[in-house]
Amino acid sequence: MEATTVAKTGTEGKTWGGGDEKPLKASYGKLMMWFFISSDALTFSGFLAAYGFTRFKFINEWPIADEVFNHFPFLHGVDAPMYYVALMTFILIFSSVTMVLAVDAGHQMQKNKVVTYMALTILGGIIFIGSQAWEWSNFISGEYGAVETRSGKIIQFADSEGNRVALEEFSSASIKDRTQHEAKNGIWYNSEASYNPLSIEDVKNGFAANPDLRVRTMEITDEGEKEVLNREESLLKLNTSGIGVIQGANLSQNEYGAPLFGGFFFFITGFHGFHVLSGVIILIIIFFNVLVGTYEKRGSYEMVEKVGLYWHFVDLVWVFVFTFFYLV
Amino acid sequence: MAHDTTHGEHSGAKKRIWQVFIILSILTIVEVVLGIFKPDFLVHTDLVSLSLLNWIFIVLTIIKAYYIVWAFMHMEHEAASLRRVVVWTGVFLISYLIAILLIEGTYIQEIYESGYITWDF
Repeated sequence: MEATTVAKTGTEGKTWGGGDEKPLKASYGKLMMWFFISSDALTFSGFLAAYGFTRFKFINEWPIADEVFNHFPFLHGVDAPMYYVALMTFILIFSSVTMVLAVDAGHQMQKNKVVTYMALTILGGIIFIGSQAWEWSNFISGEYGAVETRSGKIIQFADSEGNRVALEEFSSASIKDRTQHEAKNGIWYNSEASYNPLSIEDVKNGFAANPDLRVRTMEITDEGEKEVLNREESLLKLNTSGIGVIQGANLSQNEYGAPLFGGFFFFITGFHGFHVLSGVIILIIIFFNVLVGTYEKRGSYEMVEKVGLYWHFVDLVWVFVFTFFYLV
Repeated sequence: MAHDTTHGEHSGAKKRIWQVFIILSILTIVEVVLGIFKPDFLVHTDLVSLSLLNWIFIVLTIIKAYYIVWAFMHMEHEAASLRRVVVWTGVFLISYLIAILLIEGTYIQEIYESGYITWDF
């Protein structure tokens, strides 16, 4: 029955005619991974570009990264900017190295080496997530505290030399009656905000009682440091503008500067951390497949290569997050 | 003989991995050192609305990205067509997005600074 045959195009056997040469000379799985990575890269660029937009919008009052991220484990109170994130970066780069070594061992069909290197990669990933949790917990609990102004900006405090002073150092919570806010007393979706025993009046009283104190605004001077007001301006600023106390950070406000800074920090590093987490989970699944010999039977360790692509991509994103959040 | 050649290629791949690791580490260390010391003349020299220091950070980051994609993700062994599909698309869309948003951000910042309304009260 020749009638049912489709007309020939003359391109049979060639790529365009659906021949057996693979499109872009890559296997289906790898090609799909590249598609995914491209689209995910655009998602991250969207976030980072939005961060850049907001930062350019508030270019003269954006928090200085070195002042925010200056903690290192076991070095409490020591100003150690950059070291911790640099360490995290090395952990991730090194886990990328062990990943590519696993892929390389897969090419040689050396099962035991794949197992070792993948285990090291998973370990690196877990350490990275743990480090990020520590970073988040520091960011959320905060160090010095700040006062919110009527315009939604913040002011911080410093002594006459310009060294930062924490709220607790000069103000103590006064004793006052406190009733818990319940849903029945207000709008149903309005639950009680996190309780801070320090009120704005306590801070104002403490500030007035310590003539050495100054207000530090968000404005960045030509020297690249935050502006410190003189005593009279400080008193005026605090007493006319201050409306609330901020300790640490949450999604709507933070003690470091522009409220969006906290939002972007949580969202971008969180989204990246979520990628690391899913990467670790996928790695663990593939790791067990390697252990039971799935790829040995299949005759190819391409699956390790594909998860490797994803893992390197996560590393790649971190390289950019590191630059734009901590360096620039 | 055949065994020898495969072994040679293998050690070459390993060598490349460690070489790239060393390059990435050095670049990261340079970034961190510059980030900690922030040399004055780099901070105060501006080039196309960014300080020289920030340009250095961005260029080093792109070099790192190149090594990760080319060596670790084996882009250098893929077909040129695949390389172009991934890299050109990304580079085009990302530069476009960044240019538009940063120009807009600068514009809004100027409005905030030079407008007749105070935003800080």
